[in-house]
Amino acid sequence: MIISIVFLPLIGFLYCIFFGKIFGDKSSQIISTLLLFISTMLSWYIFIQYIEIKNTEIYFLFNWITSGSFIVNWAFRVDALTSAMLIVVTTVSFCVHLYSIGYMKSDKSISRFMSYLSLFTFFMLMLVTSDNLLQMFFGWEGVGLTSYLLIGFWNYKESANKAAIKAFIVNRVGDFAFALGIAGIFFIFGSIEFDIIFEKASLFKDHTIYFLGFNFSTINLLCFLLFIGAMGKSAQLGLHTWLPDAMEGPTPVSALIHAATMVTAGVFMVARLSPLFTLADTVNIFITFIGASTAVFAATIALTQNDIKRVIAYSTCSQLGYMFFAAGLGAYNASIFHLTTHGFFKALLFLSAGSVIHAMHHEQDMRKMGGLFYKVPLTATMMWIGSLAIIGFPYLSGYYSKDIILETAFFSSSNIGSYAYFIGIFTALLTAFYSWRLLFLTFHGETRVSKENFVKIHESPLVMLIPLFLLSIGSIFSGVFLSEYFIGSKENEFWNSSVVIFNNHYHMPFSQILLSKVSVSLGILIAVLFYFFRKELAANLASNFNFLYSLSLNKWYVDELYNFLITKPFFALSNILWKNGDKKIIDEYGPNGISRIINAFSSYLSQFQSGYLYHYAFVMLAGLVIILSWFVYF
Amino acid sequence: MFIWPLLSVTIFLPLFGSIVILLIREDEKSSNNIKWAALCTSIGTFILSCLIWLFFDSSISSYQLVEKYKWFDDFNFYYHIGVDGISLFMILLSTFLTPFCILASWDSIKKRIKEYMVAFLLLETFMIGMFSSVDILLFYIFFEAVLIPMFIIIGVWGGERRIYASFKFFLYTLLGSVLMLIAIIFIYQYTNIMNIEKLQGNFFPFKVQFWLWLAFFASFAVKIPMWPFHTWLPDAHVEAPTAGSVILAGVLLKMGGYGFIRFSLGMLPLASEFFLPLIYILSIIAIVYTSFVALAQTDIKKLIAYSSVAHMGIVTIGIFVANQQGVEGAMIQMISHGIVSAALFLCVGVIYDRAHSREIAFYGGLVNRMPLYAASFMIFTLASVGLPGTSGFIGEFLTIIGAFKINIYLAFFVASGIILSAVYMLYLYKRIIFGTLTNEKIKDILDLNIREKIIMVSLIAVVLLIGIYPNLFLDPMRLPIETLIENYDNANAK
Repeated sequence: MIISIVFLPLIGFLYCIFFGKIFGDKSSQIISTLLLFISTMLSWYIFIQYIEIKNTEIYFLFNWITSGSFIVNWAFRVDALTSAMLIVVTTVSFCVHLYSIGYMKSDKSISRFMSYLSLFTFFMLMLVTSDNLLQMFFGWEGVGLTSYLLIGFWNYKESANKAAIKAFIVNRVGDFAFALGIAGIFFIFGSIEFDIIFEKASLFKDHTIYFLGFNFSTINLLCFLLFIGAMGKSAQLGLHTWLPDAMEGPTPVSALIHAATMVTAGVFMVARLSPLFTLADTVNIFITFIGASTAVFAATIALTQNDIKRVIAYSTCSQLGYMFFAAGLGAYNASIFHLTTHGFFKALLFLSAGSVIHAMHHEQDMRKMGGLFYKVPLTATMMWIGSLAIIGFPYLSGYYSKDIILETAFFSSSNIGSYAYFIGIFTALLTAFYSWRLLFLTFHGETRVSKENFVKIHESPLVMLIPLFLLSIGSIFSGVFLSEYFIGSKENEFWNSSVVIFNNHYHMPFSQILLSKVSVSLGILIAVLFYFFRKELAANLASNFNFLYSLSLNKWYVDELYNFLITKPFFALSNILWKNGDKKIIDEYGPNGISRIINAFSSYLSQFQSGYLYHYAFVMLAGLVIILSWFVYF
Repeated sequence: MFIWPLLSVTIFLPLFGSIVILLIREDEKSSNNIKWAALCTSIGTFILSCLIWLFFDSSISSYQLVEKYKWFDDFNFYYHIGVDGISLFMILLSTFLTPFCILASWDSIKKRIKEYMVAFLLLETFMIGMFSSVDILLFYIFFEAVLIPMFIIIGVWGGERRIYASFKFFLYTLLGSVLMLIAIIFIYQYTNIMNIEKLQGNFFPFKVQFWLWLAFFASFAVKIPMWPFHTWLPDAHVEAPTAGSVILAGVLLKMGGYGFIRFSLGMLPLASEFFLPLIYILSIIAIVYTSFVALAQTDIKKLIAYSSVAHMGIVTIGIFVANQQGVEGAMIQMISHGIVSAALFLCVGVIYDRAHSREIAFYGGLVNRMPLYAASFMIFTLASVGLPGTSGFIGEFLTIIGAFKINIYLAFFVASGIILSAVYMLYLYKRIIFGTLTNEKIKDILDLNIREKIIMVSLIAVVLLIGIYPNLFLDPMRLPIETLIENYDNANAK
């Protein structure tokens, strides 16, 4: 069953590539969506089996690499963690496939688009079902590739191409560390299969490795390398710059890859390797720090962005930060729980945004929207649901998952835990603010759309609304239904040791619950005040705190900094090395130099053959004298 | 095992074919006969080499299909050939690529077709002969003979600066080879044995190994090429015709790696151990430095040539980490690079044939007119950057694993190729393929024709095959490499 779940999307991909041209774009859309639908149904079936408690199962396909003691198989591992990821990936992917039929209607390469989506799903499923690190890496790089292809899908746009390359290369920086980490794990544990790693992990708790003049704890070093990989994929602080730019891709892509699935791969990896990561105490502090900092950092940027997709992109970045700090504090189940609920509501937000963009004929700037509620009421409702879910409105999905994360942070005794807790509370405020800002700027108030365009705005077709509806169900109910299994009373039975569980069932004191709720409400209130009642306030604030405002608007100038520190020197260095290193030094002193010397030497030698008799006579005489003197004196 | 000498037939079939071609009349009408004769010969050779693979027994670590005849009566020279797991794939690589070379030259070579085809078939004979030699003298003869057709191919059918490039190529490699010849003569004087297999182990005292190693190094380091002996390569590639580049990148560079494994690692373990730091440092420079240089290139072929140097840096590290994963990684990397870089040069050839420019800036937006071309180019680009699932990944990753066993810094630098290669290859791809077609001269450019489709599809198939099921290639080479590593470790343990 697992094999068909994973390979059906691949079949969809192959169909679209080879037969899309022959049987038309319609057939590609239908076949790939249908296959994904089957895949989704099977995934839910598996998930329900795990809800009813089932043991880990491993399906062996065939041997991949055997080189000495390095043995890797193509094999699938199904356990509770995988099953949870399966439903997120296939459900969102199915919704996005369906949605794309409507969204990409007027595009000229529909088959190509559908094929990439299916290929992405295949790689993502490979990633979450893998039984060893290398196969995971296969999926990991594969999703990176499809992300690259889809960001640059409109390859006539220079900006899209640039964003695509940026995404691939920044991801590769992470992958570089990930690959080293895998090699290191093989070196230490002698295998890269999960079971063997987990079995041996505790044996190496105090093992150290010598690196850069220091003795590092081996497990910490390995986990650090792996986490760098996760940072790249999940767009954490420092390696986050590619994610906002990735919005160049079509919106369904942003929903699928850059919100719900691929960017959560980093979180998944940390959870998958949780038996290893729990032993890496120092790295856990680092993970918590990076996660919490990313959460607040990205949220501050989201406050002022004007592109509707960019707001959501930074929001994704921020929510991923939540997941990471939960993982860093050891609450892997909470982290995966938030991953699941976030998958639903973030995909919903993105697809709703896509629906708005579709209605606005590819206008993404919120300054040119406003008052769209009655024009696109269904879309707007969906957006409201998504926004309520993300801020943690009671009984919607975000309520459960965010609260458990804050709870974890609150009860963590470490300093970093308190740091994460306060950041978490503060970020919740920011989240509420930018979500409501988005809602007001887009759907409420007076419209800023010109009259003739305003008339043309229409609600999206049914094929786009159905996925929204499905996802909204997930956004509303996934928290209620899943919390018991993911974080509640049945967590131990459900997870069945597929992730390490943070056993903590105290409830936060009422004052703290109140604090978090108050901060969220405050965020909403400020947004209401700024964008509904006193619109000049926002502008005043921006001009009074110009420095902070432009810092946020320009994304803290990280891109400019990287450009200045890395990109430009990189190109400059490559030119210098080529022109000076290769051409001037190696060639001039190497082959060309030698040939010049030989030339010079031979023309010098040829002067001896001058042709004048007296030259020759003189040389003969001189030679004779030298030889004679030699014999006489020695 | 066979009633007929399979290996010799494989070696000399192209030679026979080239003699037949010499007998064909050359005029307008019969030029097709020449091409077909050459193609059939090379395909026949490929089928024969597949037979070798088929009958190859992976459970034997020594040479198979051995043929041995006395050559000179008074000396210990033999016509002694055989294949083992290491040479098998080098032979296959040569026979696999030659038909594509002939296909790729089908329309692009207009003058002296007969001589051109003869040169290629001769080249094939020499390459197969070199990889299957068990006798050192025989090896040397083939090793040097390879230079001659290649020199002619660049010098006659090359670009504008072909004379400079071909002389640079010839002199560079010859200089190294002369030193190797001295080393070979010395080995003969010293041991009176010319059998590569018998010399595996630890025959020489360290001092002798030291000098022999340097002499061999001179030859192989130029051939593979290692930094800083690499500058002949970009020039040669740029000036060579497409098919010449294919063989140059696909097979000729591998002669260096093959030599390192056979001679340096196999015969001179003590000196190899001594020179490890040198190899590591030069290889790391090659990986990092040439990746940077590649990024600055404006000529497509030059860029790919520099990327070859970087990839060969990974190979040399893989060989000299001297453990199972490292050497197997290096072998797979060589096979993979042989196919991928050959394919990339073929890709360049496709657009060069149409638009006659190698300038990156000349192109842009090709995807609009040539979707199939764009797709195949993409796959080879990905294989070149080592994406899992393609051949490039297996070699690179095994090498990283091997290097990690030696030390973590080494692994760090090998792995840095993961980032650097992505930078220059994707940047190249973007500039050629993506964007809008703005250049008037290429706005009617045509997509792949059936001949080119065949080439691309077969190469893609092999790239994916190695990526998904590398065991097909790893199994035969396991035992010989195990023996090699054992020898090496034993020698250095004393």
